[in-house]
Amino acid sequence: MKTVKSQFKFHGGVHPPYNKELARDKAIERLPMPAELVISMSQHLGAPAKCIVKVGDVIRKGQLIGEKNGFISVGVRASASGTVKAIEKRLSPAGGMADAVILTVDSANNECENLPPLNWQTASREELLKRVEDAGICGMGGAGFPTNVKLNPPPNKHCEYLILNGAECEPYLTADYRVMLERASRIRLGVEIMRKILGGPAVRIAVEANKPEAISALEQAFADIEGNVEIVVLPVLYPQGSEKHQIYATVKRIVPEPPALPIDVGCVVENVGTVAAIADAVEKGLPLIERVTTVSGDAIVSPKNVLAPIGTTYRDLVAFCGGEKLKPAKVISGGTMMGFAVPNLDIATTKTTSGLLLLSNKSVFQYTSGPCINCGRCVRACPMMLNPAEISKAVEADDIKDAEYCHVMSCIECGACAFSCPSRRPIVQFCRRAKNSIRARIAAEKAAAQKAKEAK
Amino acid sequence: MKPKETAEHFILSSSPHAHSPVGLTQIMLDVIIALLPTTAMGIWFFGFPAVWTIATCVSTCIVTEAVCRMAMKRESTIGDLSAVVTGLLLALNLPAGLPLWMAVVGSVFAIFIAKQVFGGLGMNPFNPALAARAFMLISFTGPMTTWLKPFWWRTPEVMTCATPLAFVKSGNLADVPCFMKLLIGEMPGCIGEVSAVALLIGAIYLLVRKVITWHIPVTFIVTVALYALISGRAPMQVEILTGGVIIGACFMATDYVTSPTTATGKLIFGCGCGLICMLIRQFGSYPEGCSFAILIMNAVCPLINRWTRPKPFGAT
Repeated sequence: MKTVKSQFKFHGGVHPPYNKELARDKAIERLPMPAELVISMSQHLGAPAKCIVKVGDVIRKGQLIGEKNGFISVGVRASASGTVKAIEKRLSPAGGMADAVILTVDSANNECENLPPLNWQTASREELLKRVEDAGICGMGGAGFPTNVKLNPPPNKHCEYLILNGAECEPYLTADYRVMLERASRIRLGVEIMRKILGGPAVRIAVEANKPEAISALEQAFADIEGNVEIVVLPVLYPQGSEKHQIYATVKRIVPEPPALPIDVGCVVENVGTVAAIADAVEKGLPLIERVTTVSGDAIVSPKNVLAPIGTTYRDLVAFCGGEKLKPAKVISGGTMMGFAVPNLDIATTKTTSGLLLLSNKSVFQYTSGPCINCGRCVRACPMMLNPAEISKAVEADDIKDAEYCHVMSCIECGACAFSCPSRRPIVQFCRRAKNSIRARIAAEKAAAQKAKEAK
Repeated sequence: MKPKETAEHFILSSSPHAHSPVGLTQIMLDVIIALLPTTAMGIWFFGFPAVWTIATCVSTCIVTEAVCRMAMKRESTIGDLSAVVTGLLLALNLPAGLPLWMAVVGSVFAIFIAKQVFGGLGMNPFNPALAARAFMLISFTGPMTTWLKPFWWRTPEVMTCATPLAFVKSGNLADVPCFMKLLIGEMPGCIGEVSAVALLIGAIYLLVRKVITWHIPVTFIVTVALYALISGRAPMQVEILTGGVIIGACFMATDYVTSPTTATGKLIFGCGCGLICMLIRQFGSYPEGCSFAILIMNAVCPLINRWTRPKPFGAT
């Protein structure tokens, strides 16, 4: 095991104000079980889980309440014991509506129905994979890709590098940092399990240079690990935590354009929190029913890193952190670069909620956007080496074809362009619009082709 | 189904929720600051006529911008200071002593025809100040090529004089001022184009503030220098330090709206400007050529952007 500095710098990137000092030194605190949980069936990338409980059902903590529904999907387990009060559409942090189980918590009965613990050394690869799936684990960094799918590449693809994403380049967020600091040994165990599942790839642990304490905690935990394991110290640059850029920064491989995945270049990237969750799921049989969320921002009384059951409403999180110090003007689920502004505090956490930010008027930048002046700042900032100016002008003129020609589908929506735009153009929004309409068109074409095929 | 009623009114917007402090007005202000040294030098050399020209152009541009936006029933854009920059740049590219009504006509042309007609800031295909200068050069050829001598009030009997490039054109290399005078700017010419030292100070400020990048100024000037070396028409320093090459390379060709966005595009753009400028000087009937060179390159800028579209990360 050794620690090395990243030698490969990707193009572009920006330096947003990090504001991590608000919560970075706050040890993880466990939230007392709230009276009510809102557990969404759509917490991951892919098809939402199928709800398998009814209103009035009495369920136990750890019980499966949402069934995996398709290949890219993952099940949902109850984060607490209690009674199903309602099953209804609720607003998800990302803005869509999804089925959610509203659970009235029975706090007297807080024993978790664990899965049987597994000995990872004797368990087979299939048993371990099954466990990851049963525990309902998906990527906890933000995208929420089902982990069992990621850990089970098709037979023609081989994983050479397992990359642990501990960059946490999003401003304000310190959840991953605290996990690395406090749960480094769990991460090590998770790595060993994942190595077994993936057939012994080399391991690279990527951490941004501004987290020296986390790096030394990991160095200690991994000191006597065997095999090809390196901690790669990345320069502080947003979006260092982007999967593609992390792969480039650690092993200098370039993931081709979508629909290619990291596995196409022999890499699997997993967030450090997810790795710790895998260790818990295997060794202790704990399903993924709680996670660490950073609650921060200048409008919160005491910023904290909270270990909360999944489905905790933002209102409960805010109350646990002392409530509002200033009137919040904007509430963000996630970080300031890629997080989602939410309309109210009734939204609940999911497996991917890494942060909840309450920002007062002082730290919310309000603007009116102007015309593109062609300054090229977005071109210099774009880590995907696109020309965001051209794309934004194309979408503004409703020329989606031109946007597609400008490779808008490669956009990772990191926001570096819009961050640096002096005309404050909502470039990410333009890109999303183009991507959505291109996806819709492709889907329609596919459906039409299918129909034509059937007609024959 | 019905979402719970709450008393909360949070701001909703697309990510990112963080923004760089550098805004449009800040950039325009930086350009104005960068132009102050050369403005001061112009006023020192040419006196009150320079002051009147600058004041006329800037105020006319602001008024025209306001009137145009009102006529188009759009929000006012005076606050972004872009009209001030256009007015100042136009004035710096005019000879001191020009009848003020001509400066007014030029300013109106710059804002109305060259900018707002196309839809305002960001939409204009040509640099407004240069388009106006070209228009004025054709419309008012005499006054636009009558140059006050620096410190003209000291020699009331001969107040005007030919520019160094006019001497070069007519083969009078001996009458070209010495290198130090060219550097400081003690020569006839447009108000803001003469003082290379002041212009370079401004350009360094813009580079440090990251308002411009080195690509266009360096390739522009290097191309001019190489052409001068190869053609042997006039000494290299004369070609570079006169006829608006420095102001053109650092302030006019770097105009965001009318120059390419990519680094490679900027390199091509700078080379093109330098080359066309020198071709006009050698073969054209105008002794200068910098403004026309930039205008021509402005026209091909969209094409350059297409050519030099960066290859996305991961694309094959």
